[in-house]
Amino acid sequence: MSTTATRTTRETPPPPRAGKRVGHRARAQRREAVALVIPALLPIIIFSVIPLVSGVALGFTDTTLKRNAEINFIGFGNFIELFVDHRFWGSFGIGIVWAGAVALLTLVSAMGLALLLNSDLRLKGLTRVLALIPWAMPPVVTAIVWRMIYNPNSGPLNGALQAVGIPGANWLGDFSTALPAVIVVGVWAGIPQTTVLLLAGMQSISTEQQEAAAVDGAGVFRRFWHVTLPALRPIVLAVTALDFIWQFNSFGLIYVLTEGGPGGRTMIPPLFTYLEAFRNREIGYASAMGDVLVIAILLILSLYLINQFRQAKGARP
Amino acid sequence: MITRRPWYGTALMYAALAGFLVFLGFPLLWLLSASFKSSGELNSLAINLLPAEWDFSNYASALARQNLLPAAGNSLLVSLATMVITVLLSMPMAYALARLKGRLRAAGTVWILTSQVFPSILIIIPLFLVLRSINLNDTLFGLILVYVTFTLPFTLWMLQGYVAAIPADLEEAGEMDGASRFTILRRIVLPLLAPGLVATAMFTFVSAWNEFFLALVLLQSPELYTLPIALRSFLGAEGQTQLGPLAAGAILATIPSLIIFTILQKKLTGGMLAGAVKG
Repeated sequence: MSTTATRTTRETPPPPRAGKRVGHRARAQRREAVALVIPALLPIIIFSVIPLVSGVALGFTDTTLKRNAEINFIGFGNFIELFVDHRFWGSFGIGIVWAGAVALLTLVSAMGLALLLNSDLRLKGLTRVLALIPWAMPPVVTAIVWRMIYNPNSGPLNGALQAVGIPGANWLGDFSTALPAVIVVGVWAGIPQTTVLLLAGMQSISTEQQEAAAVDGAGVFRRFWHVTLPALRPIVLAVTALDFIWQFNSFGLIYVLTEGGPGGRTMIPPLFTYLEAFRNREIGYASAMGDVLVIAILLILSLYLINQFRQAKGARP
Repeated sequence: MITRRPWYGTALMYAALAGFLVFLGFPLLWLLSASFKSSGELNSLAINLLPAEWDFSNYASALARQNLLPAAGNSLLVSLATMVITVLLSMPMAYALARLKGRLRAAGTVWILTSQVFPSILIIIPLFLVLRSINLNDTLFGLILVYVTFTLPFTLWMLQGYVAAIPADLEEAGEMDGASRFTILRRIVLPLLAPGLVATAMFTFVSAWNEFFLALVLLQSPELYTLPIALRSFLGAEGQTQLGPLAAGAILATIPSLIIFTILQKKLTGGMLAGAVKG
């Protein structure tokens, strides 16, 4: 690298001295940036950007994994078929219920846990470490443990219920309990990350405000509602939006817990799309589903961004 | 706190804390105890948190299953390779993202953030076709390449945060002394970045170690299965599964990430708003 480019790392570029030199420096700077970025950019383009674009495009073809079937461009054919596919829209609804319930319940529980961890209680060290367990566990292991817990014939949940005289249930196998059961697992697995983020936010709130409110006679709940929560609002919004999107896109947990069953009651869209692509081998149709999912996610994201934008505008004097 | 909490407030808070402790900790305890239980005890509705009889054979029979040890070996190989390649590739770009201004940085940031929200399923379908056409599907090398790509955005995000925390003045001082860019990077930036690199590397390792979905799609040969896929293949029809060895295998699969997460505990805070390899 040429020595004329050695100052490019500064946060603020040096003031221009002579026009010709600046042009040279800018070019050298650009060369250097390209050299730094290429090693990571190449695999990203090959294995992420190109597949993403061709994934979108595949939705407009009739590609299958069967035999040596030829690939035809069929325009909106898949989307028209998809539009009346009640199995897909059913899974779409389940996905929204699943992601919404997990995101909200995780937020509420994590808020509670973060408040406890931010208080003057003992046992906080132990709680912090224990609270990390769901995060560190491989999702497959999480699913395996909860399958054991929910097992109607040998699980501790039914064991405990029967010990107090309540009949147990086939939690993951019954139409009515399967979705709530997987939601509980989703919340269990989601609490650590959200708690850590909320805790980080809480620790950046000045204690002065809290104390001032306390002096004014505000109780615990009013202090939380009027001081803590408004200060956390941006974090809460971001965490909930991201959590919703992650859960909506999630796969492994439910796949191992129920494989979408019973009777499709826990069939979230990524799972349905996976089965369509790799079991039914309908690559084109599955890609069209993926396209619809991306549009849905972009809509959710834009709602969030519009909200953020309004907030930013409203905050101006 | 200036105000004093009434005694029942404190009691309520401890009750809530105990509730969380049980809810969050119980599954791991149950798994641990199941791994030491005899199959008779495991198939009953008894809710003993401690095994009535300690059965240590589950671990032996888990390891003796034909695919568990090789699967652990595959997982270790894939995770280590992903870790090394990802960190090496992301170091320069993270440096560029943190230090440069302008369109490149903006584009990089937008891409990093948006890449976190696309469903993996949309990318894996064409990726599967691409890898198949170059005969890399159903290979560990193909899986490593995919892991590297899926982990890069998050790694870049983490690392650029660590770079940004290094004062640029230090690098300028190096320039004044006439050091070359390479020397500055090696002598000044790299040593200061080391803790961040270690944290990022560990996080990448855990992400690859725990990953399930991409391995499920890309690996078909049982001898190539990673640990999560091998564990899932333990699960037969309900009732036929040997729960003891399954629990033992699950414990063994959790230990590395649990250790790393405990070490990383303090680092897993605010800036990490993105997910790693998506499960």
